[in-house]
Amino acid sequence: MSVKHALLALLEKPRYGYELRAEFEQRTGASWPLNVGQVYTTLSRLERDGLVEAGGTDAEGRSLYQLTEAGKVEVKGWFDTPVERTQPQRDELAIKLAVAVAVPSVDVGKVVQQQRNATMQALQGYRRQARSGAGDDLAGGLVLDRLVFAAEAEIRWLDHCEARLRRAAASSTAPEPVEGGDR
Amino acid sequence: MSRVHGAGAAEVHALRGVSLAAYAGELVAIMGPSGSGKSSLLTIAGGLDSPTSGSVTVDGQDLGEAGISGRAKLRRTSIGYVFQDFNLIPALTAGENVALPLELDGASRRQARAAARTALEEVGLDGFADRFPDEMSGGQRQRIAIARAIVGERRLILADEPTGALDTETGEDILKLIRARCDAGAAGVLVTHEPRYASWADRVIYVRDGLVVDEAGETPGALLVDEAGA
Repeated sequence: MSVKHALLALLEKPRYGYELRAEFEQRTGASWPLNVGQVYTTLSRLERDGLVEAGGTDAEGRSLYQLTEAGKVEVKGWFDTPVERTQPQRDELAIKLAVAVAVPSVDVGKVVQQQRNATMQALQGYRRQARSGAGDDLAGGLVLDRLVFAAEAEIRWLDHCEARLRRAAASSTAPEPVEGGDR
Repeated sequence: MSRVHGAGAAEVHALRGVSLAAYAGELVAIMGPSGSGKSSLLTIAGGLDSPTSGSVTVDGQDLGEAGISGRAKLRRTSIGYVFQDFNLIPALTAGENVALPLELDGASRRQARAAARTALEEVGLDGFADRFPDEMSGGQRQRIAIARAIVGERRLILADEPTGALDTETGEDILKLIRARCDAGAAGVLVTHEPRYASWADRVIYVRDGLVVDEAGETPGALLVDEAGA
């Protein structure tokens, strides 16, 4: 995930490091906590690369960072480019199910059910967060929605796996279907 | 309870020994593939159909013992139904649709209308009482149906795919209303095949081939204690 670009984008207005971290966490509904050291390391790299520069100090003497012209171009480029739809590095769940299907001693249906329960419980947790007001702020709400959609997709996929497993089990016990329907 | 349709070779076991309780203040979601028996469960819970064996109790009343007229009365007074396709009467206004169950139950026209207005306010439709369903959006029509299901302080809300005809955001609004009603003390049972709506429930039950196969979430602890003590 490009924390670098997210922080850069939030420097639209000059900020000091601690403030930048707080802004990032608040905007993203505190879903991806950053430590302040990470923020300062990123800022010094951005400064080295000419994307941010010192922007004086605030009333309390804290050093502010601001975007350079090159930094503004970089931010625009980030927003103008879709996030690459990469294959998840290692999707443990997909690997687990694939292996489970291949290992005869494993009850695949049970693996699916247990996962679906766990994911449903996570989804219920997001609902509780939303009901407690975590999603009221627009930016935080969008992030929470993202988690809801992702969990929903996983459960739907698990439902689909279950249905396919059942079909496969049924066809392995039933007589072979006749190929070619036009006879 | 169990429910068998037909006999002999045509025998279909819609439900095979399902046990389910929904407590006051609780929303229970029922999920499962098409034909799993989830809708049968709801129609039996609402007294629209009867189990082949077993019993259904609503607010302490056995639906089987209540007889046809007793069940009809319970449906008018204690049980609220919400359907996927709203089931509103197009020739009646929103207010008249909502007031209908109370009027059928013998409430005066004025009482029924006043209760209908309160219910419409609760679902965010104040000022819409004189509109006809055809003049309203899908989300608004489903709100009318929810107002009809809660009018007169019903204690059991049964919803069968209430979001099926709605977009995601409108569907979420409908679930918020059902959830709020349960938080206010009603028992709710929601049939849905969409995980996002099921996750509003305290408990999510999976039905397959007429059996409960799985359950996620928890029954509120205090209520279990009550049941054990009773």
